[in-house]
Amino acid sequence: MSPKKSVDRRDFLKGAAVTGAAALVPDAIAAQAPAAAPAPAAQGPRAGAAPTPARESDPGLDPESLVLDRSGGDFMVDVLKSLNIEYVASNPGSSFRGIHESIINYGGNTMPEFITCCHEESSIAMAHAYFKVEGKPMAVLCHGTVGLQHASMAIYNAYCDRVPVYILAGNSLDATMRRPGVEWAHSVQDAAAMVRDFTKWDDNPFSLPHFAESAVRAYKIAMTPPMSPVVIVLDGGLQEDPIQPEVASRLRVPRLTTATPPQGDAGAVAEAARLLVNAQNPVIVADRLARTPAGITKLVELAEALQAPVIDQRGRMNVPSSHPLNQSENSGALIANADVILGLELTDFWGTVNVFRDSLHRSSRPRIRPGTKLISITSVDLYTKSNFQDFQRYPEVDVAMAADAEATLPALTEAVRKLVTADRKTAFQERRTRLDQAHARGREASRNEAMHAWDASPISTARMAAEIWAQIKNEDWSLVSESGNSSGWVFRLWDFQKHYQHLGDSGGAGVGYGAPAAVGGALANKKYGRISVNIQGDGDMLYAPGVLWTAAHHKIPLLTVMHNNRGYHQEVMHIQRMANRHQRGITNWHIGTMLENPNVDFAKIAQGMGVYAEGPITNPNDLGPAIQRALAVVKKGEPALVDVVTQPR
Amino acid sequence: MMKTTLVAVAGAALITAMSVQAQEPAPKPAATAAPAGNIETGKKLWVSVGCWQCHGYEGQGGAAGPRLSARNLPFAGFSAYVRRPTNQMPPYTEKVVPNADLAHILAYVNSRPAPPQTVPALLK
Repeated sequence: MSPKKSVDRRDFLKGAAVTGAAALVPDAIAAQAPAAAPAPAAQGPRAGAAPTPARESDPGLDPESLVLDRSGGDFMVDVLKSLNIEYVASNPGSSFRGIHESIINYGGNTMPEFITCCHEESSIAMAHAYFKVEGKPMAVLCHGTVGLQHASMAIYNAYCDRVPVYILAGNSLDATMRRPGVEWAHSVQDAAAMVRDFTKWDDNPFSLPHFAESAVRAYKIAMTPPMSPVVIVLDGGLQEDPIQPEVASRLRVPRLTTATPPQGDAGAVAEAARLLVNAQNPVIVADRLARTPAGITKLVELAEALQAPVIDQRGRMNVPSSHPLNQSENSGALIANADVILGLELTDFWGTVNVFRDSLHRSSRPRIRPGTKLISITSVDLYTKSNFQDFQRYPEVDVAMAADAEATLPALTEAVRKLVTADRKTAFQERRTRLDQAHARGREASRNEAMHAWDASPISTARMAAEIWAQIKNEDWSLVSESGNSSGWVFRLWDFQKHYQHLGDSGGAGVGYGAPAAVGGALANKKYGRISVNIQGDGDMLYAPGVLWTAAHHKIPLLTVMHNNRGYHQEVMHIQRMANRHQRGITNWHIGTMLENPNVDFAKIAQGMGVYAEGPITNPNDLGPAIQRALAVVKKGEPALVDVVTQPR
Repeated sequence: MMKTTLVAVAGAALITAMSVQAQEPAPKPAATAAPAGNIETGKKLWVSVGCWQCHGYEGQGGAAGPRLSARNLPFAGFSAYVRRPTNQMPPYTEKVVPNADLAHILAYVNSRPAPPQTVPALLK
């Protein structure tokens, strides 16, 4: 239904004005807008609908009627400001030109500030990582058709990662008002349909008051665990047309009240505490646990109350790497010997306790002993969709709490403390002593392993991680990249303490997330003066390298060190597996998987985007000085890239 | 993270399996006696048949495969595991990698230098 207005708009345009306050005052608006004599409409409106403006049938319009002071887009900006949206990332498009102009002019291009992106996948991924640093959503503007199509993989990643992205999609619903040509190809009946399977909520507001309610509701829904992207479709007319007095009198921004996250049932918490306290070998496994910085503190409190080892699956920054109870590098033995396992927002509890073999005849076997008790606390149990199968195999657990794990931890810790007797405390302390020693041995073992192939070329990922660490360890640093493909060396060699020092991964494993996510994380870090570091896969970078331009243009300080193994290495290994299975062509793994002949020159690509860059570095002795030079650029507030030719993993 | 866990388990199994094979006291038939290996030939095969993908160019290992370098692996155990791996590693049968080639590969792996005694950048 088009919200277009009647010819009485002409009179309105001559004198109407709308206040810019976040909560509009109807009397002020009424006082400024002159009473407009109603004119016959070009055609009778449907009941409940606004009359259709006769744009096509008024060739003799006064030129003054072609301009206006305020439009619906301005009010939309008022709403975004009320939601404290800091940035809106966007590749510009005509379907949202109305709100775009309102953002940069009416809104002063601040709160939100427009971040120019070269691909909608970049816009979404930037917003995805921004949230994981900042703890609040970033907005993305895109076409409701081709923009959402471009953005869809990145939206899926955010959905899988349980991250709220606030998506505004432009559209032109009234067919009689579309410009011929492109505006038709870029219009759709139900814009959000193509991403509805992996967004939590969407709406297509009919009016500005409707927009206000939906915009606030969308924010609330996005931020309620399990968090997820949301979509609001913005009709072009709603953005561009002036605000009619009768509408203006109804405009207000509803008050936002975010929902408190759900906590675990008291009975289940008590049962979980009993199992954990009485366990001989309890293990805590955390994945997307730490929703806020407080999540780290809460997990440490629980772990110390039990003196139980913690395995960090690193969906978020959950436990400091130097804490002796962080036993992530010893996860295999701990899981195998556990008698009680507590899973906190695990992506895959089944995969945590089972081994699955990818061979000709696929098979699985339990990794745990019979009788091991499993406790799950996850908000994903509150909201699971069917079509996309990111929810993994069904885990058979003994206690299942459909709740937010971080919110549940204080109650669980208190319940644990109440049950601990003197005997148990003694046992816990003995366990802690063993774990302290295991932790120290583990860190020493990691350092020793890192020395292998230390002087190799291609450069070892251990060497690369160590050289970066040497340059940043005394800075306020933040690792804004996935880092999953460099053998976890950063976790084995660096000292992770703060929530913004590790942001997890893409969620859906959609490659191409890394580069824009790094820029988005760095954008959030910028105002705090943090050094953002990105260990960047070559294949990932090639999906949408234009995000390097975005970093340069917006002066986003970011140190990117390429993990350039010259190929889509995961697929190299997959093809090798297939060839071996067939006992044929085992030397053909490079076909369709490698990025060589020619080698991509990432330094040139970056320089072409306005980013300081060096490389390719193949001599490991050149790496430290190159990183140092690049870091000097980053400290001045700009992005820099060092292309490093590395070992595969 | 799960990948790292799987590899850690697989790596331990591989190293153990190779050691067990080496300790078996039964006499080996002549066909399975360890052939001599050439390091340079082994280096080329290490890349062409794909060993480097999981174990690294230097056999130093990584998330996808355990370290094989600086372990002085015996041919019997190495061959047994490569032919019939028990975890995530794909099989390399004699049809695609004959024993002679496997010997070259092992010669290359066992020739990888030991790491330096200390590395200042890694000191705590």
